[in-house]
Amino acid sequence: MDAGHASLSVEVWRGRDSGAFETYAVPQRANQTVLDVVTWIQRHAAPALAYRFACRVGVCGSCAMTVNGRPRWTCRTHVSKVASDGRLRIEPLRNLPRIKDLAVDLTPFFEKWQRAQGRFTPTASRHDPLAPVSPETPARRAADAGIECINCAVCYAACDVVAWDDGYLGPAALNRAWTLVNDERDGDRRGVLRAASAAGGCHSCHSHGSCVEHCPVGINPTAGIAGLKRQSLIDLLGGALP
Amino acid sequence: MTPARLFLAQRLTALILAPLVLVHLALILFAVEGGLSAAEILARTRGSVGWAAFYGLFVLVAAIHAPIGLRNVVHEHTGWRGRSLEVAMVALGLLLAGLGARAVIAVVAP
Amino acid sequence: MIRPSRNHPGFWAFVAHRVSGVALALFLPLHFLALGLALESADALDRMLAVADSPAFKVAEWGLVTLLTIHLGAGLRVMVLEFLPWRDGRKGLIGLGAIAAVVVGTIFLLRVG
Repeated sequence: MDAGHASLSVEVWRGRDSGAFETYAVPQRANQTVLDVVTWIQRHAAPALAYRFACRVGVCGSCAMTVNGRPRWTCRTHVSKVASDGRLRIEPLRNLPRIKDLAVDLTPFFEKWQRAQGRFTPTASRHDPLAPVSPETPARRAADAGIECINCAVCYAACDVVAWDDGYLGPAALNRAWTLVNDERDGDRRGVLRAASAAGGCHSCHSHGSCVEHCPVGINPTAGIAGLKRQSLIDLLGGALP
Repeated sequence: MTPARLFLAQRLTALILAPLVLVHLALILFAVEGGLSAAEILARTRGSVGWAAFYGLFVLVAAIHAPIGLRNVVHEHTGWRGRSLEVAMVALGLLLAGLGARAVIAVVAP
Repeated sequence: MIRPSRNHPGFWAFVAHRVSGVALALFLPLHFLALGLALESADALDRMLAVADSPAFKVAEWGLVTLLTIHLGAGLRVMVLEFLPWRDGRKGLIGLGAIAAVVVGTIFLLRVG
């Protein structure tokens, strides 16, 4: 690539629900990420551009946007990977209320996280000895498979069931519930399963697999949700679930 | 009906339907050659306890399976929600079961 | 235009599953009513079958047979995903279901023709 000479044509959504794409010419650089492009626009072309980022290294989950139609973590998405023709179209994430430009309101995403009881219920205090947890048990392996979620909402934006059914908890919250159902230290695993099996819970998933396709850290929420469905049947037949 | 119960009913009926559909498809492919006639169909089915049981079960599980599926479709692609949707889907299930039972009786009653 | 985030085999399998399911559910009452004609007489059923002998009906029947196979294949795929331990390479199942639908549809056309 002839760094420094070529130029990217970048369309960026400006406004809230009503607005328009504005096109910016951004110098192309080697090893440039989509977040680099957005930051360049904000610093050199459109100082009022609203977007969100923090760590820039794929840990915090703040910078997800829709890039050429797909939800992505922009800080770890190289321009060369997604814009072979030098064109980018950057929009806010789908399925979430827009605030301004590329920033969306993540409140519904985290509210559903809570509705799925995606929080640890402790059974011990700091005065107790550390719980010995074997990494080898099937349950721990299942939990470990989903534990690295960075809450970026890429899966939530990719999911069409979320788009069609505003009551659906979505892949991230249910994936979190599945890790807790498999966490032997959690004090209310049955409660988690009940929350994840209520209306809008795991049974609403149709295994499209768009979450799996788009998860930047390689988690498979569809598999976790399938685990919740299986466990819900076991609890239902055992009388633990209404 | 809780989501878990609907899910159980949907997957249970699906498991029963899968082999029934396979037999049904095989029979269609077998019977369709040379055209269909009432005599041919009725000769196979009239007075047969086996076909009566086969189609009776088929109708019953399909009448449960189809409304649960349509309920999801309606829920996700239209604004129709709540009690009226539940009632309509139960009614659809009863309608399918009724029409299906009538069809089974029509072809198996000697 | 198809949204890029949807354009993967799993989503297309879902579309096939849903469209075939709705079509079959709409067809079912008609199927039952047609067979119910045998309650009147075998002749009534035969008259209906004669109408159904037209090329347009054959194409519709071919469509229904294919849709039934698609729905069966897509449904089995969903249950494999939900109830069997997850493995990679499950996209092969979608191809398998599609091939089954084409095979059944082709056999139907060959035998009906």
